[in-house]
Order: sequence, then structure tokens, then C-alpha cells
Amino acid sequence: MSNTSLDLAKIRADFPILQRKVNGQPLVYLDNAATSQTPLPVIEAISDYYKNTNANIHRGVHALSQEATEQFEEARKKIQTHFNAKHAHEIILTSGTTHAINLVANGFAAFLKAGDELIVSELEHHANIVPWQMLCERTGAQLNVIPMTEDGTLDMGVYHSLLNEHTKVVFVNHVSNALGIINPIDHIIEKAHAVGAAVLIDGAQAAPHIVPDVQALDVDFYTMSAHKICGPTGIGMLYGKAEWLGKLPPYQGGGEMIDQVTFKKTTYADLPHKFEAGTPNIAGGVGFGAAIDYMRRVGFDAIAAHEHELLQHATEKLNQIDGLRIYGDVAKKVAVISFNVDGIHPYDIGTILDKMGIAVRTGHHCCQPIMDHYQIPGTVRASFAFYNTHDEVERLVAGVEKAVRMLR
Amino acid sequence: MTITEKQEEIVAEFALFDDWMQRYEYMIELGKSLPLIAPEYKTDDNIIKGCQSKVWAHAELEGDKIVFTADSDAIITKGIIAILIRVFSHQHPKDILAADTNFIDEIGLKEHLSPTRANGLVSMIKQLKMYAIAYQTQLS
Repeated sequence: MSNTSLDLAKIRADFPILQRKVNGQPLVYLDNAATSQTPLPVIEAISDYYKNTNANIHRGVHALSQEATEQFEEARKKIQTHFNAKHAHEIILTSGTTHAINLVANGFAAFLKAGDELIVSELEHHANIVPWQMLCERTGAQLNVIPMTEDGTLDMGVYHSLLNEHTKVVFVNHVSNALGIINPIDHIIEKAHAVGAAVLIDGAQAAPHIVPDVQALDVDFYTMSAHKICGPTGIGMLYGKAEWLGKLPPYQGGGEMIDQVTFKKTTYADLPHKFEAGTPNIAGGVGFGAAIDYMRRVGFDAIAAHEHELLQHATEKLNQIDGLRIYGDVAKKVAVISFNVDGIHPYDIGTILDKMGIAVRTGHHCCQPIMDHYQIPGTVRASFAFYNTHDEVERLVAGVEKAVRMLR
Repeated sequence: MTITEKQEEIVAEFALFDDWMQRYEYMIELGKSLPLIAPEYKTDDNIIKGCQSKVWAHAELEGDKIVFTADSDAIITKGIIAILIRVFSHQHPKDILAADTNFIDEIGLKEHLSPTRANGLVSMIKQLKMYAIAYQTQLS
């Protein structure tokens, strides 16, 4: 195994949780697609905020409020820079990806009517299916599905045939959370725009591995959650082109999002505040900014190179286990391996791995349509981060081998 | 044997093992002896849904005792069910209602009965008790 440019010992020292034991064994954390771990600089940024700055933001005349506002808005600028949005006010801070998708889906109720069509993919997380189904129920619009092919990639031929002048919104994930497959979103966006449809890309699973350039992609909406990139839970972002965010009606009413309030009529604040009703997760925002700083310091190129090595190593070794099948084992994917072993329930494998201190996810990964496609109850999913090591890959493989011996 | 005696017997059996692997291997072995639910009762209506594994359970009255049968698609879940059914089956409804499942903690399998585990076992225990209530009413 070649060495990448990451100093793993130094990186791992930044993550206190990676030093702990689980069931008497050193923790091997391979559930990064569910949530990533939090490094000291992020923990300290949040802690410092509460120790030194805590105040409510915007409109406060006192020093703390102004400092808190500056820190929160500084985080927004970091997010803007990272995703290369044209304007900081195109970044809406939400509670996470689910909130961001609901915000957009809810807003589209104002534009849709019966006979309009929406396109989703079979690979989606429930968070990028259900809000749109609710929208269809409200508006009478129809939901069409891009199916998966057997290897887990999307059937682009069907996608092309689904697009027409009635198509209003296309929403697809950048990376599939259940399988790790990278979808051809540049192509999907281009084709959707050709028929005048807007596109929302759920970037929750791409964000830890890929730096999307929202301007180059020309995407209308892009969503992600901070906790997938070593940030805190409860904070995420919606990127939206200013022209779209200007047109969308507000999602929630309250303080912060208003311009003038009278009982006759309320006018709304400008972007981004129009979509940020109430006191936001200020410390979360500060932590989000610190997480972006941290990830960029480690370097996304080095992260991608190291994770690719881990993926190759694990794929090769796991494929040697008799009866083991990897779902979505294609070239364009991130370091996520979803698998089953013939005749063994994924829950059983996950339970045995947990006893050995190895954290994986089992189940349908909030993607029941994918499991239905393969006619399986779920999979075991090992998802890697840049702080994982080749030794941990070996422990996973040995753990699965042991589980198979016990369970067969 | 009473429920308490059966529980003590199982605790004694598990006390022979030194580590989790032996306990799990024994539990998996016990799963193979589970009195399986008859195919006609293994229907979608009878599934006790856990997010992770599925459980089916059925009960019938034999005299004044309840006899349970069950199944699961996950072998570890099946092992725990086998242990629970060994304790609760062939018992009087009122004894089933009065019993608890604390012995599961003693044999080191506590985490499997956690409501956060989503394996259907917590709902299954509720279901066993519901059967006991129903048959208790029928008997009295």
C-alpha cells in the first residue's frame, strides 16, 4: 500500500473519540456516511463560542451580539467560498439537508399545478423522496422515477425519455448514501435545464469526499449537512441561485425573516434571512465554518486519494470472502461499501462486528426502494473517512470473516 | 418448571461461558431449537416490525397454559426469541403477566432488548404479554 500525503497519526490525534474503546476493543468507526466524527478544532470553536461570545445575532447593539453575528456570517462566507457560490446570501443555513429539501419542496407548491411532472431517482434517501411526494399530493403534480440498472447506476436512457416540457423539477443525490455511487449530475442538470426544469442536488453524501462548484455545475439548489464533514449535527445548508430563492415563498414565518410586520400585511426580509426564521443554530454555524476550515486544511485532494486506497483495499479483501456480494461496485464511487453475505442477515453481521468494536450501519439506510430493487431486507454498510486506516480495513475484513464463521 | 426456575436455569447455563463469543455461539445454537411458527401464521399481518429484523409470533392455549411459536429473519434475534419462549411458553397466562425479562441482563444480552435496537424484540415481548392478557380473560 502506497502512502498518501496524509499524516494519519497527527489527524487521528485531532479526534478524541477515535481513542476510545467499544466493547473492550479499540473503536473502528466505519459509519461515517451516517455521521462523521468531530475534531478538536471544531469542538473548540463551538466551546469558545459559548464561553466567550454567546448572544443572539442580528440587530443587537451590544458587543457580544455583534461579535456573534460576525462569527455566524463569517461561517456563511466560508461555506460560500467552499462551494463557490456567487453570493453569500445564496447560502441559507438550515438544520440540515432534510430541512433544506423540505424548504425547497414546500416553496414549489406555489409554482406547480396538476399535470406538471417531477423526476426523482430510485437511488434517493427518503429525505429526497417524501417531501416531494407530499408536494405532489398538494398540487396534483406527478412523480416520475429514474430507475437503477443492475450495477446500481442510474438508467440515463430512461431519464432522457422522462424529460419533457411538463417537467418542472429534477432532484437527485450527488452520491448515493446506500451504495456510494457518484451520479452524473452535470449531465442530469444540463438535460433538465434544456427542458426548463429546475434541479436540486442532495449533496449530503458527496460533501465529505468531493468539492462541488455550484456555479460550474449551474445547479439551482444544492443541499448538505455539516455533520457529514466533521461539523456538528443540527446545521446544514441550502445553496440556491439568488433568482430562485427570490421567487420561492418563505418556508417558516417568525422573527428574523421579516422586513415590516403589521396586522394588515408583513413584508419579508431580503436573502438569506427570508428563509432563516427564528434564532438559528449559531454555535452550529460557527462549528460548520470551523469544519470547513479543518477539512480544507487536511485537503480534499489528499482525502480523496487516501479514501480511494481504503476503498480499493477493502473491496479487494471483502470480495475474497465466500458468498459476499457488494452492491454498486462500480468505478465512480466514494469510499462506501454496501454488502451482504449469502444466507446471513445484515443485522446479524452488524451485531457481531459491534461486539468487536467495529461500527458499521445495517438496514435499509433510509433507501427502501433500493432494497426493494435488490429484493433484500438491507445491507451492511461500511463507510470510510479520511481518518480511517488500512489497519482498520484489515480489522473489518477479519471481523466479517469471524461473523460469517459464527453465523453460518 | 416455573418461569423463575427456567430463568435461573438459563442464567446458570450462560454462566459457564467466559466471553461474548461463546455466549453468542450458544444463543445462535438455541435459535435453531426455536419452536417455529406454523406457515399459516407466518403472514404479513403477524409480522412484528422492527426496522432491522422481522419477528413473527403466535400463541395457542393448551389446557390452561400458553404455547408460543415464533420466527425471525435474523439469527441473533431468533436466538433471543428462543430464550424468551423457553421461559414463557407452557406457562399460565397470569404467571406470564407477572414475569419480567431482567434475566436477559444477567446473561449479558441486555442490549438486544433495548428499544433503540429496532429489532422487533421489545414489541415482541409486548405481544407475548398481550396474548397472555387475552387468554387470561378467556380462562377467567
